This record gives sequence, structure tokens and C-alpha cells, in this order.
Amino acid sequence: MMLPTARVIEFWRKTSDSDIYWSFTRSKLVMLSALITLIFFIGAFGAPWLAPHNPFDLASLELSDAFKPPVWEDGGDAKYLLGTDDQGRDLLSTIMYGSRISLMVGFLAVIFAMGVGITLGLVAGYLGGAVDSFIMRVADVQLSFPAILIALLVDGVSRGILGEARHSDFAEAVLVVAIGLSYWVQYARTVRGSVLVEKSKEYVQAARVIGLPGPLIAIRHVLPNVLGPVLVIATINLALAIITEATLSFLGVGLPPTEPSLGTLIRIGNDFLFSGEWWITIFPGAVLAILVLAVNLLGDWLRDALNPKLR
Amino acid sequence: MSKPAETKVTVPMLTVTDLKRVFDVSAPWLNRLLEGKGRSIVRAVDGVNFSINQGETFSLVGESGCGKSTVARLIVGLYEPSDGSINFEGVEIGSSVERAKHPDIQGRMQMIFQDPYASLNPRWRVGDIVAEPLRFRKLLPDNAAVDKRVGELLSQVGLSPLDARKFPHEFSGGQRQRISIARALAGEPEFLVCDEPTSALDVSVQAQILNLMKDLQRKLGLTYLFISHNLAVVYHVSDKVGVMYLGRLVEWADTQTLFDRPLHPYTRMLLDAIPDLDMTGRSRTPVAGEVPSPLNPPPGCSFHPRCPLANERCRRDVPKAIAVEGGAVACHAVEENRLPPWKAQAAA
Amino acid sequence: MTSPKLLEVKNLRVEFPTRRGTLVAVDDISLDISAGEVLGVVGESGAGKSMTGTAIIGLLEPPGRIAAGEIRLEGRRIDNLPYHEMRKIRGRQIGAIFQDPLTSLNPLYRVGDQLVETILTHLPMSHAQARDRAVKLLEDVGIPSAAERINAYPHQFSGGMRQRVVIALALAAEPKLIIADEPTTALDVSIQAQIIQLLKRLCRENGTAVMLVTHDMGVIAETADRVAVMYAGRIAEIGPVQDVIKRPHHPYTVGLMGAIPAMGHKTERLTQIDGSMPRLNAIPKGCAFNPRCPKVFDRCRVERPDPMPAGRSQAACWLVKEPAHV
Repeated sequence: MMLPTARVIEFWRKTSDSDIYWSFTRSKLVMLSALITLIFFIGAFGAPWLAPHNPFDLASLELSDAFKPPVWEDGGDAKYLLGTDDQGRDLLSTIMYGSRISLMVGFLAVIFAMGVGITLGLVAGYLGGAVDSFIMRVADVQLSFPAILIALLVDGVSRGILGEARHSDFAEAVLVVAIGLSYWVQYARTVRGSVLVEKSKEYVQAARVIGLPGPLIAIRHVLPNVLGPVLVIATINLALAIITEATLSFLGVGLPPTEPSLGTLIRIGNDFLFSGEWWITIFPGAVLAILVLAVNLLGDWLRDALNPKLR
Repeated sequence: MSKPAETKVTVPMLTVTDLKRVFDVSAPWLNRLLEGKGRSIVRAVDGVNFSINQGETFSLVGESGCGKSTVARLIVGLYEPSDGSINFEGVEIGSSVERAKHPDIQGRMQMIFQDPYASLNPRWRVGDIVAEPLRFRKLLPDNAAVDKRVGELLSQVGLSPLDARKFPHEFSGGQRQRISIARALAGEPEFLVCDEPTSALDVSVQAQILNLMKDLQRKLGLTYLFISHNLAVVYHVSDKVGVMYLGRLVEWADTQTLFDRPLHPYTRMLLDAIPDLDMTGRSRTPVAGEVPSPLNPPPGCSFHPRCPLANERCRRDVPKAIAVEGGAVACHAVEENRLPPWKAQAAA
Repeated sequence: MTSPKLLEVKNLRVEFPTRRGTLVAVDDISLDISAGEVLGVVGESGAGKSMTGTAIIGLLEPPGRIAAGEIRLEGRRIDNLPYHEMRKIRGRQIGAIFQDPLTSLNPLYRVGDQLVETILTHLPMSHAQARDRAVKLLEDVGIPSAAERINAYPHQFSGGMRQRVVIALALAAEPKLIIADEPTTALDVSIQAQIIQLLKRLCRENGTAVMLVTHDMGVIAETADRVAVMYAGRIAEIGPVQDVIKRPHHPYTVGLMGAIPAMGHKTERLTQIDGSMPRLNAIPKGCAFNPRCPKVFDRCRVERPDPMPAGRSQAACWLVKEPAHV
């Protein structure tokens, strides 16, 4: 048995020798994207420790501090680097907490969509026949609606079932399900396609001759070999999920203002855009745009790096 | 047991009777409806009979699309026969229901595949690949015993026990085929179906694998069903040979008989087409035409459009197999005694 | 030989730069082909035989490149020509036949149009003349009712017929040399024989030289006048086909010939060469074959042999110089 440090060294040696790492170090843009993404992740998930203020601590809020411009503008306060919003909350801290919610919802939605999509894609591809036809037709029908419409539908239905008051308690979970359900199709289609390719390969037939039952073959043999493309979609989908969450929140059907995500912040700021308090909406908007761009660039790179034909 | 040895009848290990398999390759229902087309059915295997004795190598040869690989997959249970029987030591295992009743028999047969790059799961370590039959059937008490057995198996096929830790992509084609053989041997099978095991390999590596397979057969008393399109390889490895054409067995015989005195015109054509290394200036008469589409096979004897001996009856009736010395042949020309002598005979 | 060489390859070296160092796919090989001659190039996968053919027709895929040596066609250097000039030579002076006929034919054009286009590009003819010639070519390669089939698309032909069309396409502009890369490998045994016969007949009739690249020694034996045996990017042995097959000098050729299952006399075991060909990034020092060679001695492990005269052939083996070790 190797010592942990030896394992780490071994792992690093293998990683730094791999094609992925090599292609990573070849592109400055990708490295920059990774750096930005990392900074945003740290800022978001470290918000409770890193943020200068706690915007949810109502006691610390002073209404007299509302509408402070960023520090470099006339009337800026050194206490509030990026200024404050209409309730006197520090904008930098609000953005950090807001990105945390946005990223969390994004991640959970992607995981939910992946879970649903991979399972259905695997079942459809491995079983084939009527099951396959049914799942894929449902997927086709859903693809003909815009994703945001599906998300709105799920959100509306849940409001009807839960009632407005309880809905805000479950707002995050509802968002995750709504966004997740609107994106599972891509995973299902990709996984099904790869499963069809892998299923006909001889290692699967070999497992069948050994006598392994179908579900075991699908999970142990086929699944690990179809996850590569899924990883790529998941990365690009993370950006999409964040945008969808922001859109829903901007439209007012997402997270409540007491629990503002980036989208909520943009919506709140939008009211003051033309009265001169531009910073309230511009800064969250810029953060959202840069984050989504960086994650997307990472996804694009990952897709190319994992594609043997482009190497 | 009291009977004298010479009257002992060898019971075939595997007997295949009137085996048939059709594939529905029709377009989807909606397309058929809109385009006004009927179903299209491929008779991949159309009434094949043969038996294999314990310890023997029986080969099936033929060109692509003749159904030889389908026969292999029917026997190991990857496909279910449309009709006919597969009998393993007196036990019927044709349908999947019957096969499921006898998991022990499934464990006694294994398969080696053609493409060494596709037959090993790229994400598994070699040790896990070879150990899979052992672990699945729980043949050994613990992991230590499994590891030990995997090491033995790898040594047996000419690899190092240390290779168990590596991944398939670290090996060459020939070495991968050795891993495939080690996996097939793990459950100590008696009957191996080998589907073109060397056709993806270079000649020098092919020689290694064929030698290994022969050594293993001698040592472990294995029985082989060997599928190949390469007549020279078949000649080298087999005791008996069956020649397939468009889903039917047109001739089968002892290897020596078949290669010395081929009867069916198709067998003769295949033998004629083997490139001649000795360059004795043998005159070659490549038979014109190509294998017809299995979707729409010719009536009567399916070889008749390419056959120099075809007559009206060949175009009309499917020939039945008739027993000849050392084997059987399905050809009207043989039955009607209008077959010209084979070169070797003519020269003699 | 007094006849002028049609193709001369001198010290050709093909490299593939990769991030883990430069791989040498073809290492310092020299060969020539006279007009009307069939030269077989045989070897196992990865030996560099296809790469040699690809380098000659100037179709190496980047980053692969010719790093050294020269290729001359009728005395004119063609390895350093600009792309558009090389394109004129391809088709007009050097034709190509590849393993998979589908990659050589455009699936969206009728075969007749592809033939006519090739003829018009290279020969001064009117469209009607070119069409007549196309029909004639299809008849020559044995396509029944050629005048009608000329309007068919590639997918309407079977595999063997398609390879015949490819041969017609390669011959369309009456090239002096054809590079045939595994022309029969994708075909069934009975079709193989037809294609080989056809290629032989057409080249004899037109005086076309052929470089026949294949892994199948049987095809070489039937077709080629001379044969080059390649191993790990180098020529192990080159000589008249009879000599190489019947009296091989290089231990690799000996092993290769023994490994082919022979008809007529059944042996219990085939001769086998242990091990496998080294990967391009791990070619051993000295003779590349030395770790597998049954007759290896000290010199083989340190010094790399170049092809040296051995009988009527040339063999890259120290045994030729030091027969005491045999």
C-alpha cells in the first residue's frame, strides 16, 4: 500500500503527463477562464467568511446608507466598495451571497438533469424497442418547447400545489427541479447515442457470454464508457442553468428578494437603472456575464480536449 | 463400460440441427406505411446442421455475410435461434428459456472475439477483466484466490502476472487477444467459440496466437468452434471444416478430405482464390460475380448464378445435403455425377 | 539495370513531431521502380509501408512531414513541389488506389462524372471524347453494361465493383505509376483474386508501374516483380520476389514467411516470431529487430545495419557481412 503523499505525487505525475493537462496549458484563454471561474467559486462559496458585510443581517442595515455609489464615484463610502442598494446592503457582499445561491441552484439543477437524463438515456439505449421509442418521443416533444417555458410551467404548477406562502420555503428546490427537468433531454439523447455504439462492441457481448444480467452490464460496462461526453454537456449546461435561474428570478418567479440570487439582484437594480443608480444592476449583471462566459469557454475546451478526432 | 473400446461411439459434444435465424431489417413501421414497402427479412442462417466432437476443432469458413458469425453467436446465446435446435451433451439449449435453465452449461462455453480493440472494456484493468467470470460466478472463496488465479491465467497465455494492473490500451493487438483468451479460460470452459480470432492481427502475431490456441487445446482438452474467412488458417487449425454460403452449409468434411478433394463448386472456387505463395504457375480461374445480397437470395441453389455447372434444376430446387466419403455436400452436380475432376485428381 | 528508373526514392525520412518527441515513421529508406514494374511493399501494421506510399504522392497529413531524402519521378524532384504542382502530378502521372473504395469516390457524384472530370483535368479532350473514354475505362475494368452504369452513384455498386471503379479512376489519365495501398484488403477472398488479376492485366497492357503496398504476402507473391519487406520504418530486405520468398536473408523475412500457414503440408506448429514490433517511440538501438531475432549477436545491439547486397537481394542484416554467426 502506498503512502498518501506518495499517492498524491503519483497522481500529480500522471495528471501533469496527461493529454488533457497538456492541452490545458497550451491555451492562455482556457487558463484565464479557469482562473476566473475559480475566483468566482471561492468568492461565492466563501461568502460567509470573505464578504465584508452580511447583507442578510437586518440589524446591521442602515437605510441611510442606501444608494451609496461605488467608492470611486462622488459620495462613495470606503465601507462599501461597489456601493449599496436601495436597502443599504453592501453590493459586493450581496453579489457574493447572490452568486452562491446562483451557483448552488445551477449545480444542483445540473446534477438533477444529469441523473434523470443519464438514467433514461441508459434505459432507452440498452433496452431499445418500445421503451426506447417512448422515452425518445417524450424527449422530442419536450425539445420542441423552449427550456424556459418548461421551467415556468414547473414553477407555476408547484405554486398551485404548494400555495404561495409555502412555495417561497421551497423556492430553491422548485427552481432546481424546474431547471433540471428542462435540460435532461440533452443528456438522455447523448447517453442513448453512446450506449447504442458501446452496446454493439464486443466487450459487452463478452460480458453477456459470461452470463452477466443486462442491468449489471449496463451499469458496470456501458455506463463508464459513455460518461465522457456527459461531462462536457454538464459544464456547458452549468452556464445555461445559471442563466435560466437568473432569467426566472429576473421575471420574478425565481427566488424571493429576501434571498436574492444574481437574477434577483439584477431585477431589483433594474428599477433604479434610469434614476442614476446604475451600479445596482450593472455589477451583478457583469458578474453573471463573466461567470457564464468563463464556464462556457471551459466547456468548449473540454469538449475539444476530450474529442480524439480534434487532437 | 464392459464394451470393448473399438465399439465405443463418440457422442458429439455439440449438435446443431436445422438451425435458423432471420433478422428483420425492415424500415420503421411508419416509413413502411408511407413508402408502401413490405417487411424485409434476412435469412442469416438458413437450416444449418453439424456436430462437434469433444477435443475437436470444427471450422466454419465463408465470405462476409455468409452467416458464420451468426452461427457462433447463436451457439453461445448472444442471439436466439428462430428455429432449430442446439444440443450440448444431450441438453437442449436452443431457446433462451431452455438456456436459462442450465447456467452450468453457459459457464462451460466461452467466446473469443475478432477485434482485440473492442473486446476489452477500455476502463477496466486487465486483472478485473480476466477476473470477471470468476467474480461473477463466485468460483473462488476470496480476492486473494482470485488474484492468484488471474496471475496463473495471464502466465498461461504468455503474459506477466504483473500485467493485471495495467489497462488494455497499454498492450498491442496480439497481447490484447491473449488477455481475451485468458478471460475466456478463467471459468475453465470446455468449449470455446472463436470468431475470427486472428483476422485483425498481423501474420507473425497470428502465428503466435494460433500456436497458443493449439497448445491450450492440447493441455486443457478444449473443443473449438473456429470461425474464419482465411482458408489457410482453417487448414492449419481444424479437424473438420464446414463451408457456408448465404446462410447454408454447402459442404463439410474432414480437413484433409476437403482440401484434397473439394466437391462443391463454391469450395473449389474458394480454394482457387487462395493466393499462391509457391508460385508454381498454377492457372487461376477467378469465378465471376459476387455474393448476392442476402436480402434477396437467388432461388434454388443460392450459388447457381456464379456456378459453372448450374442447370435448370439448380435454379429451381434447393439441393439437400448428401453424405459422401468423409463428409457431406449439398450440390445437384455432385448428386447427378456431372462434377469435373478436381485439379489434384486430374494431375494424378 | 540499364533501364531508366521511373521512381527513385533516396534516404526518405518521414517524421511526426509530437509533444513527447519526434516519431520517425519512415527511416532512411531507398527504393526505385522501373517503368512497367510492380514493386510490392510488405510489412506489418505500423511498419511504415503506407506512410511511404503517402509520402510519395505528397498526401502526408500534417504534422507528418518529409524530414530528409528526396523523391524523383523520371529524374524530377517531386518531394518539394508546391501544393498545386503536386496536384497536377497526382492523377496525371501518379494514380492512387486506397483500401476503402468509398473514401476515393465522392458519394454525391455519378461515377461517370467523376471519371470525366478526372480525364478533362489531365487530358486535352472534348467532353464527348472524355465520356467515351470513361465508358471504355469502365468496360476495361470489367463493369458489365458500362454505358448505363456510368450514370450510377457509388453506393449503387457492390464492394468489388466499387474497387473496379476506383481502378478505372486511377487509370483515367494514363499515369505512369500507380500507388495501390491495400487495394484488396477490404474485399472477400473470391473478389480479391478478381481485382489482383485485373490490376496485373491493365498494368501490363498500359505499361504502368505499380507500387503495391499490402500486408498480404500471398498477394505480393502473385503480383509483384520485386518486393521490399519493411520493419519498424526501415527496409529489412528488398529483392526479386522469388528470391525474397524462397531464399530470404533477413531473419525477419524468414520468420514472416514461416508464420504464414501454408497449404498442402500441415504442420503442428507455425514458426513464430516472439514479441511484437516496437512502437515508434521505443525503437531499440542497433538493428530494430534485434530483441526478437533468433540469431542476434553483439554487433546487432549497437550498430544499425543498412541494406547490403545479399545474393540478388539486399538485406539490412549483419549476418550478411558476418556469416560466421549464421
